Amino acid sequence: MAVSQNKLVQWIDHRLPVFTYLDHELHEYPTPKNLNYWWNFGSLAGAMLMIMIATGIFLAMQYDPNVGDAFQSVERIMREVNYGWLIRYIHMNGASFFFIVVYIHLFRGLYYGSYKTPRELLWMLGVVIILLMMATAFMGYVLPWGQMSFWGATVITNLFSAIPGVGKDIVTWLWGGFAVGNPTLNRFFALHYLLPFVILGVVILHILALHQHGSNNPLGIDRKGPQDSVPFHPYYTYKDMFGLSVFLIIFAIFVFYFPNLLGDPQNSIPANPMQTPPEIVPEWYLLPFYAILRSIPSKLLGVCALFGAIFILFVVPWLDTSRVRSAYFRPVYKWVFWLLVIDAFVLGAVGAHRPEGWWIVIGRIGTFYYFFHFIVLMPLIGWFERPLPLPPSIAEAVLKKKRHGADALLSPLAPRGEP
Amino acid sequence: MKPRLVIPALLAGAVVAAAVLAQPAQPARAQADEATPALPNVSWSFEGPFGTFDRAALQRGFQIYSQVCSTCHSMNLLTYDDLAGPEGLGYTEEQVKAIAAQKQVADIDKSGKPIQRPARASDHFAAPFPNEAAAAASLGKAPPDLSDIIKARAGGPRYVYGILTGFREAPKGFAMPPTGGNYNLYFPGHVIAMPQPLQDNSVQYADGTKATLQQEAQDVVTFLTWASDPTMEQRKRTGAKVVLFLLAMTGVLYGAKRRVWSDVEH
Repeated sequence: MAVSQNKLVQWIDHRLPVFTYLDHELHEYPTPKNLNYWWNFGSLAGAMLMIMIATGIFLAMQYDPNVGDAFQSVERIMREVNYGWLIRYIHMNGASFFFIVVYIHLFRGLYYGSYKTPRELLWMLGVVIILLMMATAFMGYVLPWGQMSFWGATVITNLFSAIPGVGKDIVTWLWGGFAVGNPTLNRFFALHYLLPFVILGVVILHILALHQHGSNNPLGIDRKGPQDSVPFHPYYTYKDMFGLSVFLIIFAIFVFYFPNLLGDPQNSIPANPMQTPPEIVPEWYLLPFYAILRSIPSKLLGVCALFGAIFILFVVPWLDTSRVRSAYFRPVYKWVFWLLVIDAFVLGAVGAHRPEGWWIVIGRIGTFYYFFHFIVLMPLIGWFERPLPLPPSIAEAVLKKKRHGADALLSPLAPRGEP
Repeated sequence: MKPRLVIPALLAGAVVAAAVLAQPAQPARAQADEATPALPNVSWSFEGPFGTFDRAALQRGFQIYSQVCSTCHSMNLLTYDDLAGPEGLGYTEEQVKAIAAQKQVADIDKSGKPIQRPARASDHFAAPFPNEAAAAASLGKAPPDLSDIIKARAGGPRYVYGILTGFREAPKGFAMPPTGGNYNLYFPGHVIAMPQPLQDNSVQYADGTKATLQQEAQDVVTFLTWASDPTMEQRKRTGAKVVLFLLAMTGVLYGAKRRVWSDVEH
């Protein structure tokens, strides 16, 4: 099959079928025609990964991973390198926006049942990506070697000391010494440079798994024929580009007008091992997990809960017993889903406050509810809930909705055909 | 409430609740200390998306730093030539050379002997103490470097302004520690080692501005904000262009997307 009239393209494609491959995966690739804007966040996450890698490489050219000079070298980037402030602010705020995008992507998957058969591995690869992102972000936050970098690194690496018996040895091994120091900073820099490319690899697998069965859709029913789908290009390439452009406006407003809003003032103070800051808090995107860690009175169990909160996502495809994918047709689960979203926000707030007074109680209830949602509610609701009847096909639901007047595509509940 | 409105309402509620709950720990902590008042509300030339540094205020602020603050506080991240030009304090290169030459910095001569020589424009600001230990030995505790002070304190300019104008007699019943210190309204715990640095007429302004305490504090905070964030004006200027470009691009892409999708029922 000729992908192009261009002789050079044909010559290359005959020997290395990259053009055929791209044509197949981007152009022909059939995509449900009813995706709403929540489906934009996958490609947004990909764009963020590219932005982070691109800015990160240029930062690494000026950064010096040495405890004596790391802080100074970042200041040099901010003050003396041409447009260094721009590259750094994009990278710094980019981390936050990467997490915003990925969290929305994750909750979209949870709402529309995108983890259900045959997309279990696709989902699990996504959870691997989030885990890798957290590790990467944590190590990246250590690099500027401010107060919060140093003390955050100390607190988080110390978590491993909770492992019975070998905990202390593991921590010493992680540090490369008897405290967070130069060897720690060096290896964190090495790993912070490596892990994004590991993420990139898993993203490729994630996309490979996605393209095996194609995108899920707001109705959660399978495509039955060509009338249910459109080619990815140009329909979704244009929709994704429009979404990216809207996203970049918000991102740019942060980078140019509120570049330090999401940061901690303590990190503008050079690391000082002799002085503990009044409060040691992680970046906002880790706060819910930090809250879970601190809600459990035992250190070991707290660490288990912290990791459990992420690892439980791996088994979500088997915890959810409902045969219906989309929460749109699930009258009970729909509500429980939003309770989980609220719980995540509440846990985030708990993580930002000292564990005192009511915050302890709220934190414990929030932590309990988080696990209760996945371990008890998910399987149980799947059993007793009576889902609404599913539409016969995507195309019919789309036409019906059209007749009932156009609902805003932006609504989280689109489509809204009467099922 | 219509069922279709419930979920967006819930979501909005969650976001608002989280925004309220997630207020940074700083105010909560401040409340814990007895009666720390809200930081003073000052209006600054550099506020807002189009705010710029008032060059006259920057020069007055630098005068205060040079004549008062620099006795104890270093600003190690700045060089004298940062002061030059429209992105700096508006001084000419000649003026900056003259400013630098008034300061002595450590160096070595050709034979390797340590000497003191007048600073050049490319030198970092001369520090009041050769190292942190010397500062701590002479003052009890090393005063913080001021290069990044506005970024390094919650509340930023308002906090530093508050500290500079917040010295008071300790209220009756407030136990000052036996090690000494000074009472300050806005300092966490109220006991600050630094004695009140600025009073009315601490300096004689070269441009004739009346040197009230408020004026001095406002000027030096403007200078320190510039020092913490010297690329702020360039950043905001670039930002305006970038956002305008993105708005236009978004409009074009929206039209393109509409057009592409116009032949599909969706």
